[in-house]
Formats: sequence, structure tokens, C-alpha cells
Amino acid sequence: MMRDFWCDFWRGFGEVWPMLLAYAPIAALWGAVAAGQGFSPLEAILMSGIVYSGAAQFVAVDLVKAATPLSLLVFTIATVGLRHVLMSASISRHITHFPKLRASILMFWLTDEAWAILERRALHEKLTPAYFLGASMPLWPNWILFTGIGALVGNRLGDGSAIGLDFAFAAMFIAVLAGFWKGPRTGAILAASAAAACAAKLLVPGAWYILIGGIAGMAVSVALHSERETA
Amino acid sequence: MSIDPLFFLAIVMMGCATYATRLSGYLLLRGVRIEGRVKAAIDAVPPAILTAVIAPAVFLQGWAEMIAGAVTLVVALLRAPLLVTIGAGVASVVALRHLFM
Repeated sequence: MMRDFWCDFWRGFGEVWPMLLAYAPIAALWGAVAAGQGFSPLEAILMSGIVYSGAAQFVAVDLVKAATPLSLLVFTIATVGLRHVLMSASISRHITHFPKLRASILMFWLTDEAWAILERRALHEKLTPAYFLGASMPLWPNWILFTGIGALVGNRLGDGSAIGLDFAFAAMFIAVLAGFWKGPRTGAILAASAAAACAAKLLVPGAWYILIGGIAGMAVSVALHSERETA
Repeated sequence: MSIDPLFFLAIVMMGCATYATRLSGYLLLRGVRIEGRVKAAIDAVPPAILTAVIAPAVFLQGWAEMIAGAVTLVVALLRAPLLVTIGAGVASVVALRHLFM
């Protein structure tokens, strides 16, 4: 039983560890930015541990600096995270056999990267709580650790783009995406999603482009579905 | 090492907000039978969101990122392991950025 647990845990970890490297400079950068805005190292570390969302934290630093009211701050953070509602809904279909409490706890670690790895695994194999934990949770102490380093000593790691680390995330998403190809219908979904996301990125400030692109792709999927039904 | 109590409250509330977004999809769809159009919509979430997240980083940055994205896709379609695919993407973007600079 325990051996099964660790076996699956390490399988999950085996997929996620490159992301630990890719995220160390980003966490350090955020820690340094937060310190520059007057966050104490403890505040920065707590924020990384509790809020635990790169996009939300970079937005929040700006808002805190602008003395945004608390209600607006929380609302904005929630809108930045709206894509996770869709990710959570999608992954829920693959974890119906998890105990509810265990699944609810695991959802805390459902970052973009972990979600992508889990969706990829779920294409071919049944997810286990141990695999979920191994593929998601290790990013958390890594994020907290490098936030603290960034806040204390400044960002000495550079931005990572010189060695292409900023592209690691995109490359992983492309790799996962390749597994979802199911013919021309998928092509239509991808085209709609990419076009809408790029247009939204250029036209709408903030992180709305993810949600807008995602909904465009979903809309195309629904449209093609009903066409096929009535045909 | 210090922390402002009001700021701590703000952090906890922001944490609740991010956790709520991650938990809600699971709680909403848990035990719900998904069929028809709803199924078509939810089935499209992984490819649509994966694409939306990276599309600006691949298509709006420049030629290096666009070509590196294509290289990554080809390597991925050859069923290379995840790490190899990420490595190919990272290596090609570094090489291409030098080329286009």
C-alpha cells in the first residue's frame, strides 16, 4: 500500500520537476519585486504559501502598491484565477473516485502546470491521489523557498530568459496539447481559442485573455457538437 | 521579520479567493452527469485553455517564439517524453533568439 503510494508519487514528481527549475527564477523575481514594494520577507513568504498563484501575486503587488481597497483586491485576485474554475471542472471528471475531502485538499495545489500534467496523465491512465500529490505539491515549497530567497537577497537568478527558461512553461503546454488532438474539430477549437486569446491580450488589460480564449474554444466545441447532432 | 495584521488578513482573503477558484469546478461538477452540449463544452476545456494560456507567448512575441513553438509541437507529436519536448522547446528558443537578434 505504502509502496504503491510512493511509486505513484514519484511518477508524478518525475513529470513536474523540470517546472521546479523553470519557476525558481520567477519566484525569486516576485520575492524581489514584493520586497521592493515594502513587503517584509515574512509577508512575501506567507503570500506565496497562502495565495500561491504567480499571476495573482504579480497583480496583487501592483494593487497593494496602489492602495487598492481590500474588497476590490480580493475580487481582482478571484478574476485572475477564474481559469482555475474551468481547470478544476475539467479535472473533476478524472478524480470522481477520490474521497471528497482528499480531493478538496489536493485542489489547493492545482496550478496551471500541475493541471496540465494531470490532464496529460488522465488521457491514458487513471489518476491516483498519490500521483496528483506528486505532480502538484512539490511546486509549492519550491515557490515559497525561492520567494524567500528573492525577498532576502534580491533576484540574483536573473529572469531566466537568457537560457530560455521563460519558454519552458509554453513548451510544456504545447507538449500536453499535442495529446488532445482528435482531428479537424480540435483544430477549430484551437484556432478559435488562439485567435480570441491573442486578440484579448492586445485589447483587454489584465489576464482576461486566458478566460476569453478558453470560452471561445468551448463555444466552438458546442457549436460543432449541435451541428453534428442536427445533421 | 514582521507582519502587519491587516495585511495578513488581506493575504488570507486573497488565498481564499484563489483556493475557491480551484475548488469550485470540482464541487460544482462532482456527481453531476455530464452530457450533450455541456459535455462538449467541458471536453474542450483542456485544449482550449492550454491554447489560450500560451497563445500570446507564442504568437505575439516574435519569430523566435513562433518557430520554437512549431519545433516543440513537432517533437511532441513524435511522442517524445515530456522532458525531451520541453528541452527541445527551450533549446530552440535560445538558438532562434540569437538568430533573430
